[in-house]
Amino acid sequence: MKLAILGSGAVGSSVAELAGEYGHEVVALADSSGAVVDDDGIDVAAALDRKSAEGAVGSGDPDDALGADYDALVEATPTTLGDAQPGFGHVETALERDRHVVLANKGPVAERYGDVMELADASAGEVLFEATVGGAIPVLSTISDFGAGQITAARGVLNGTANFILSRMAAEGLDYEHVLAEAQDLGVAEADPTFDVDGTDAALKCVILSNVLSQGEREYSLEDADVEGIEEIPGTALDLAAEDNRTVRLIGEATPDGVTVGPKLVPQNGALSVTGTRNIVQFETEHAGQLNVSGRGAGGPETASAVLADVGRLPPLE
Amino acid sequence: MSDEADQDAPTTDGGEDLQAYTIRLELVDEPGELLNALQPIADRGGNLLSIFHERGNLTPRGHIPVEVDIESPPDRFEDIVGALRDAGINVIQAGAERYSEELTVILVGHLIDTDLSDSLQRFQRCSQASVVDVSLSAPEGTEEVSSARVRLATEADRADQVLGTIREIAADKDIRVIEPQLPAEGSR
Repeated sequence: MKLAILGSGAVGSSVAELAGEYGHEVVALADSSGAVVDDDGIDVAAALDRKSAEGAVGSGDPDDALGADYDALVEATPTTLGDAQPGFGHVETALERDRHVVLANKGPVAERYGDVMELADASAGEVLFEATVGGAIPVLSTISDFGAGQITAARGVLNGTANFILSRMAAEGLDYEHVLAEAQDLGVAEADPTFDVDGTDAALKCVILSNVLSQGEREYSLEDADVEGIEEIPGTALDLAAEDNRTVRLIGEATPDGVTVGPKLVPQNGALSVTGTRNIVQFETEHAGQLNVSGRGAGGPETASAVLADVGRLPPLE
Repeated sequence: MSDEADQDAPTTDGGEDLQAYTIRLELVDEPGELLNALQPIADRGGNLLSIFHERGNLTPRGHIPVEVDIESPPDRFEDIVGALRDAGINVIQAGAERYSEELTVILVGHLIDTDLSDSLQRFQRCSQASVVDVSLSAPEGTEEVSSARVRLATEADRADQVLGTIREIAADKDIRVIEPQLPAEGSR
C-alpha cells in the first residue's frame, strides 16, 4: 500500500522506517515545517537525516503530503484536544478523497468520534486507530474480533509514564518529584509530562474505548470523563499499600456508566499491577470472564507496529 | 445456671456452624450498662468479636449507640436478641446487616489536622461499615500531608455505596481517597 505519513516524531518516523519491512511504500512524509513527496517512493533514510540535521524532513509544503497519491494516510501528528485540529482536518481531507486513514493521533477519535465515523461512512476509505490505545497491544482489534457487544467493560493501565513513576516510587520509597526527574532523565517522561501524570492521556484512551464499545449508541469525549492524576500521591501511601500486599496504579475504566481515571489500590501480584512502562487492558466479557492483553504501551517502533498492523487490515481501494 | 441451660449452651469454639452477626443497641449513659448488655450474649453462647461503643454520639433518643459483632450458631441468634430485649435493652437492629466483605482504602491529606478519628467515626456512622483496622503514616509530623490505610468491613454488595459515602466525607475535609479497584457492576 502507498502511505503518506503526517508527523515525523517518534511514531511517524518509525512508521516510515518500518513500512518497507511490512511491504508498503512511503510516498509522502511531512512534519510541522516541511514535507517530501514522491509518487515512486521517498528515500526515508535521507528524509529523516535531513530532519535531524536541518529540523525538517524536506523543503516541500507540509500540505503537499496531504494531496499526494496515497492509499492510506497515517496521521501521527501530536494529539490536540477540543476540535482536534489540525488532525481532524487531515482525516477529513483523506476520507473525502476516498482514501483510508490510520490514526496514531488520539484527538479525532477521542474528541470528535461521531464526526469521524460520519465522514468514514460517506467515504470509500476506512478509518482504523489501533495505535491510539495501548501502543503495541492489540486492544481495538481484540474488541473487534471478540465483538464489542460481548464486552461489558474495559479497564487498565494505559499510561506508561504514570506507571513508571508509581512503580519506581513503590520500589525505591522515593517521592513523586524525585522519580519524575529520574523519568525525564531516562526519556520515559517528556519535558512536559502534564497529560501523562494528570490522567488526561489515559482518559483519552478510555474515551476511545468507550466510543468503540458503545457501538454508536452514545458518543464520548474527554468532557465526559471523570479524571484524577497521580501528582499528589505521597510515598507513604505506596508504603502503606505495600504493607498490605497492594500497590497503587493509575487505572482507567470504560464502562456503560462512563469513563473514569484515577489512582486505585490493586493487589501487588494481580494482573493490573504491571510495572515500569508496561500497559495492560482487562476486558470483562459476557460469557468468558476476564480477558487480559498486556505489552508495551508507548514508544516509536511499538506504536508504529500497531499502525502498520492497521495498514495490513485495510482492503485494497478500487 | 441450671442443668438444662448448661446442656443447651453451645460450645462456640467447637467448630460448629457459626455465623457472624451484628447487633446495634442503644444504651443509657450509666455505669454498668455496657456490661449488662453483654451478659445475655455471653450467657447464651454468643462469641463476642468486637464492640464499638460510640461514646460522643447520641441516638435520636439521647442514648449511646453501641455496635456489637458476635458469632453464634444460627439457631441461637434469636435467643440472644430475645434475651437482650428481655433485659430491657433497646435493640435497634439485629442480624439484618452482616459484614461479609472487606474493603481497604488509603487516605491522603492533612489527616491529623482534620481529626482522623472524627473522619473514621463518620465513615462508620454514615456508611454502616465497620472500621476494622487503621494504619497511619505521618513521617513529616502532624502538619504535613500524611497517609492512612483503613480496612472496613461492609455488607455484601455494598462496597460501591460505602465508597461513595467515604468519598463525600473525605471531600469535605479535602482528603483524597485511593479506592480499591472493584470489579465492574454485574461482572462479579
